[in-house]
Amino acid sequence: MRNGTFWLVIGAVGLAFIVLTRLFLTNEYFYFAGYVVIEYIVLSTAWNILGGYTGYTNFGTGAFFASGAYSSAVLHKLPALVHSTFGVTMMPIPLPVMILVGGIVSGAMGLGTGYLTLRLRGVFFAIATLALSIVVQTLIVNWDFVGGSRGIYIIRPALAPISGGYIQYLFTLMTILAVIAVGIARSIERSRLGLGLASIRDDELAAEASGVPTLRLKLVATTISGALMGMAGAPLPYYVTYLDPASSFNLAYAVNSVAMPVIGGMTSWIGPVIGSILLGTIQQVATVTISSALNLLIVGVLLILFVIIAPNGIVGLVRSWRRKRDF
Amino acid sequence: MFSLFVNAIVAGVLLGGFYAAVSVGVTISFGMLDIANIAQPAFILLGCYAAYMTNLHFGLDPIVTGIVMTPAFFVLGMAVYRLYYYAFERRGDQAIQGLAFFFGLLFVGEVSLVLIFGVDYRFVSASYIGPSLHFGFIELPLRMLLPCIFSLIMVGLLQLYLSRSFIGRAILAVSQDGVALQLMAASPTKIKQIAVGISIATCSVAGSFLIIIQPVEPSIGRDYIGRIFAICVLGGMTSMPGMLIAAMLIGVVESLTATFYGPSWSPAVAFGFLLIALAVRPAGLMGR
Amino acid sequence: MAPVDLGSGTGETLLEVTGLGKRFGGFVALDGIDLTIARGERLGLIGPNGSGKSTLVNCLCGTLHNETGTVIFAGKPLNGLIAHERTRMGLARSFQLPKPFHSMNLIDNIRIPLLYTVNARPGHHMTDAAIAERCEELLTHVNLADKARRRPRDLTQVEMRKLELARAVATQPTLLFADEAMAGLSHSEIEEILAVLMRLNEEGITIVLIEHIMSAVMSFSTRLMVLVAGHKIADGPPQEAIRNPEVERAYLGE
Repeated sequence: MRNGTFWLVIGAVGLAFIVLTRLFLTNEYFYFAGYVVIEYIVLSTAWNILGGYTGYTNFGTGAFFASGAYSSAVLHKLPALVHSTFGVTMMPIPLPVMILVGGIVSGAMGLGTGYLTLRLRGVFFAIATLALSIVVQTLIVNWDFVGGSRGIYIIRPALAPISGGYIQYLFTLMTILAVIAVGIARSIERSRLGLGLASIRDDELAAEASGVPTLRLKLVATTISGALMGMAGAPLPYYVTYLDPASSFNLAYAVNSVAMPVIGGMTSWIGPVIGSILLGTIQQVATVTISSALNLLIVGVLLILFVIIAPNGIVGLVRSWRRKRDF
Repeated sequence: MFSLFVNAIVAGVLLGGFYAAVSVGVTISFGMLDIANIAQPAFILLGCYAAYMTNLHFGLDPIVTGIVMTPAFFVLGMAVYRLYYYAFERRGDQAIQGLAFFFGLLFVGEVSLVLIFGVDYRFVSASYIGPSLHFGFIELPLRMLLPCIFSLIMVGLLQLYLSRSFIGRAILAVSQDGVALQLMAASPTKIKQIAVGISIATCSVAGSFLIIIQPVEPSIGRDYIGRIFAICVLGGMTSMPGMLIAAMLIGVVESLTATFYGPSWSPAVAFGFLLIALAVRPAGLMGR
Repeated sequence: MAPVDLGSGTGETLLEVTGLGKRFGGFVALDGIDLTIARGERLGLIGPNGSGKSTLVNCLCGTLHNETGTVIFAGKPLNGLIAHERTRMGLARSFQLPKPFHSMNLIDNIRIPLLYTVNARPGHHMTDAAIAERCEELLTHVNLADKARRRPRDLTQVEMRKLELARAVATQPTLLFADEAMAGLSHSEIEEILAVLMRLNEEGITIVLIEHIMSAVMSFSTRLMVLVAGHKIADGPPQEAIRNPEVERAYLGE
């Protein structure tokens, strides 16, 4: 399938999904739960651009995701600050703009972290991302403007820009983001960039010797990945209405964004989608029935099991089953 | 002001000694053997809670528990390496899966502890938690002094073991060149298994120290990842004396930061050191 | 970075290395190596294990960073340039242990250097069709065309070596380092690789052959250089260099 066609197809699927759910689903809970699952599609796809395509593990999804959330919080409070400091009335910033800003902030953070650590072996990058999460959390905790450790209350606007409730609006935006993320992932996969990233994943020294500018490509992947994660985080304050470091840096984001691509399959755009829909839905169901900690434990155990037994994920299992069948 | 400054440095040195005990395991598994065990904090926390349980139910001194439990942790470490070898090392360089494995362990460890013990802070009681020695205006809290002293002893013993004993020297040899060892008819896998066993065994002791120094709850393990790897990298990866100096350095800077800017900034200190450590390493992909 | 334009003459200096040194901690791997390579040469580089041959190749190609010394490639200094930049200038190498891109088929393995080296040079732009054609061409030259859509794991040892060479050749190099491309191969396989290298040399590529297999080196090289423990101990016509007493001592002992 040509790339242009693919964008049309997923765009159509996304549109159909939005329209059909609006027409037939009135249960608000679906939108709350669905938002989280689709959010994970974005996060897993973003993670996989650096993880599955390039071979560099990012354990600090929380840092990028929460940076997007907190940049929205800052922009949310900006009109009030501008008014009290300068006496000027400023329009509230629309959410799509916040999403863009969240993407820029997290993309820059990805670029910065990458620049400092990507010249070294992948394991150092991974360790640095682990520590990055803690550090960004520390910075937020110490920043009173966004509420520090106490958190901040965000009031949703009274009216959504489209008809229907605000939560439906958030759901719609996140669906659009998911379409964009998947489209970008597949475009990369089929492009010269994707081939270069794959060569880095397969053998970085050989790639460099073949003329691939490995550092530059890694930085591109890190920036895109970080930006998408930041965009996924940007609407969070309006979703939760109470934003605090403990929940926005929740380890669930870090583990899920690793587990979902690993379990789904890391070599193709469809793996993270499968993994996030599967695991995300199970978790949404499980949170109601069992405790959230037990829920996360299961995800962690599944991650370990898949990494040992089925390292190519569900996509890999399907492929090898098909190959066997052909003999 | 001056006494505050001096006491902050003293506390930092004591803390640094403890940090050496926390990091020595990773110096062996990652620095020497290139096994990026990011789950080390989970094992340390396991040591904390083991000490907590025996202290709570049997009134046992935590340090005694820590030492007594080392054989169990050693066996656990060997089991972890076996699994790691079977799943990853055998298949060749699958860096991302190995990392995901340890990350999974770290995560499962933390969540399991939350499920069993909850998120409340746990602490131990012992006769030396509370009192301090005083030299003029210098205060040496016993709950920090004793772990520091025992940490230094443990690191010293390990250094002796690595440099004098046959197995210890074999571990150092494997860290240089696994092939050479195979030619000497010693199996690098068995040696690595023992080394990782030792690495995890240190967590039993380090964990008991940690819960003496401060109350623990499952999520504090995450603060230690940055610290441990910063110390290992800054210390030159394979050098015990280097690691000790790095631990002291980080301990002192953290202590000073906590005293003058507040304890909530401490995790950032370790990360800053980690970045510096990564920046001053010999550059390039082929370096270790 | 354009491949260096060398005019039409042979015999002019292509690579000039002065005082190249490399240490690993306290261990001196290379100690002040001087070396000149003329265009069109076939230089054989031999030496016992651990003498520094691969380290030298790594330093010249930018995979490792040498602490001392200068390297000038057709008049342009290489110091400070990293590996992919040197490849784009015209230095290529095959790896001692083949390092194929195992998740892609052979065509894509060849496509990488075409996309990232040849197409990256100013003034050269191959269309997708031209690239696909060239991939087939290069694979045919090394007799791998029938396995074009297979993955590297389906290849035999000698086929992997050939893929390794084909990938290096795909970068359209001026100077090619063939690092122990023949280790462990049978006699006929060695002949096969030598034939490939000979043909490349006839097409104008200067070749440095790093090898242990003396018969291959002696028959192939126009000049021989001997490294022992990081020092160059001989450099000249093969028959002369071999008879150098120090070389005999290094290989046969006192």
